[in-house]
Amino acid sequence: MAASSRAQVLDLYRAMLRESKHFSAYNYRTYAVRRIRDAFRENKNVKDPVEIQTLVNKAKRDLEIIRRQVMSLKSTPAVGMVSRTHIPRTGAALRNLYLPGSSSQVHIGQLYSTDKLIIENQEKPRT
Amino acid sequence: MLLRTAWRRAAAAVRAAPGPRSEAPARGLRLRVVDNAPQSAVPSDTATALEVESVLRPLYMDVQATTPLDPRVLDAMLPYLVNYYGNPHSRTHAYGWESEAAMERARQQVASLIGADPREIIFTSGATESNNIAVKELEAAIQPDTSLVSVMTVNNEIGVKQPIAEIGQICSSRRVYFHTDAAQAVGKIPLDVNDMKIDLMSISGHKIYGPKGVGAIYIRRRPRVRVEALQSGGGQERGMRSGTVPTPLVVGLGAACEVAQQEMEYDHKWISKLAERLTKKIMNSLPDVVMNGDPEHHYPGCINLSFAYVEGESLLMALKDVALSSGSACTSASLEPSYVLRAIGTDEDLAHSSIRFGIGRFTTEEEVDYTVEKCIHHVKRLREMSPLWEMVQDGIDLKSIKWTQH
Repeated sequence: MAASSRAQVLDLYRAMLRESKHFSAYNYRTYAVRRIRDAFRENKNVKDPVEIQTLVNKAKRDLEIIRRQVMSLKSTPAVGMVSRTHIPRTGAALRNLYLPGSSSQVHIGQLYSTDKLIIENQEKPRT
Repeated sequence: MLLRTAWRRAAAAVRAAPGPRSEAPARGLRLRVVDNAPQSAVPSDTATALEVESVLRPLYMDVQATTPLDPRVLDAMLPYLVNYYGNPHSRTHAYGWESEAAMERARQQVASLIGADPREIIFTSGATESNNIAVKELEAAIQPDTSLVSVMTVNNEIGVKQPIAEIGQICSSRRVYFHTDAAQAVGKIPLDVNDMKIDLMSISGHKIYGPKGVGAIYIRRRPRVRVEALQSGGGQERGMRSGTVPTPLVVGLGAACEVAQQEMEYDHKWISKLAERLTKKIMNSLPDVVMNGDPEHHYPGCINLSFAYVEGESLLMALKDVALSSGSACTSASLEPSYVLRAIGTDEDLAHSSIRFGIGRFTTEEEVDYTVEKCIHHVKRLREMSPLWEMVQDGIDLKSIKWTQH
């Protein structure tokens, strides 16, 4: 696999920042944005391609963690801080919280799915 | 403007008429209604949308009491809460094997944070249980020449770092067991059980952004330290702590330790920066503020300040937008001032007026600035109301006053 290009790293950086902004908890959101910025800044002068690939792989794993956590924590009410600005802004996020029939509701189990049970692969007899 | 007034009217209507969501339990403190985005214009959704959006919670500045879960820790735990639910001591099927593998991986993560061997880590329900096991060990091996030294690595009230390496050196040369309660120190300052000659160490999960209800005890194998089990039963954890090991919790503890190892330096820099900001701002704006604890051997995330002529509890209540504490949570039920402050020789009146500010991984500059601003404002206000302060301003020396005996 070819080593990650500058463009790919930048895309990853932007994707991570974008996802992090969806954390509904103020402290997680601010930490994620700050940590991502500082981590990419700290490693910007790394030249060794193997090391770059290791860092990129770790970042991809962290991006997945952020994606899962942002989704699974959406179901808890927004703990707004004393400052007024940090409350789920988008209509979609709010609708997910309140309308039970909403199609974008995701059960936590779906985010952490594992292999199906043996019995699920067998043909079920039709009655 | 129009949206805001419509919002307020809707808010009043919801409160007046019992609706389907009005029975929802109050989540935390209800401080004030917040104005929200245009969603409020949608009439059918307002009733349900309102309840959840109108609560504002205080800022969290009490990390010595407990810490929030790091999202990376929760991410590691969730599979074991949802899918991989086997008992790690089941030896006959995949559920048990995968659970056991996770438990051993977590053990390795905890061990590598403190420079220990995984066989030396026993999982417990928390640092308190670990402390009990360690101290009971003394009773199990009572002889004239054995004893145990037990010291806290980082104090949870004033943040002072004890000279662990020196104490370890003395203990090993005198053949005395050395136990340290490292709940506040693990993952925050570098610890190595071999360099510091530690024989027993207590670790707590919820102080290092891990789950509550889990901890570990490090028990040295070379030379062997014998401990007696507090809990007897099926012989799990090498017989030292029977009971099914809670896989999701220990996976969380392991993940928290791994994250802490990676983030230790970065967190330390951030926390030091914020701590410096907080103390400088407060001490530059207010006179007669004392920082308790040795300024040199000090963990920056725990700042204990005494504001003279202000009562600590009243300041805590005034700072209702910030979650703070005065003294440790474990002794908070009593009204006495902290034993730690008394031990370092603080005057009674200063001991009563101490507040502990906790700064952690997730604390932001804005939170620190807000806390500082409110703290300065309320201390000034409370001092204005204080007759002692008035007397001090007039130049009277409080120590020279003869309070009449009734």
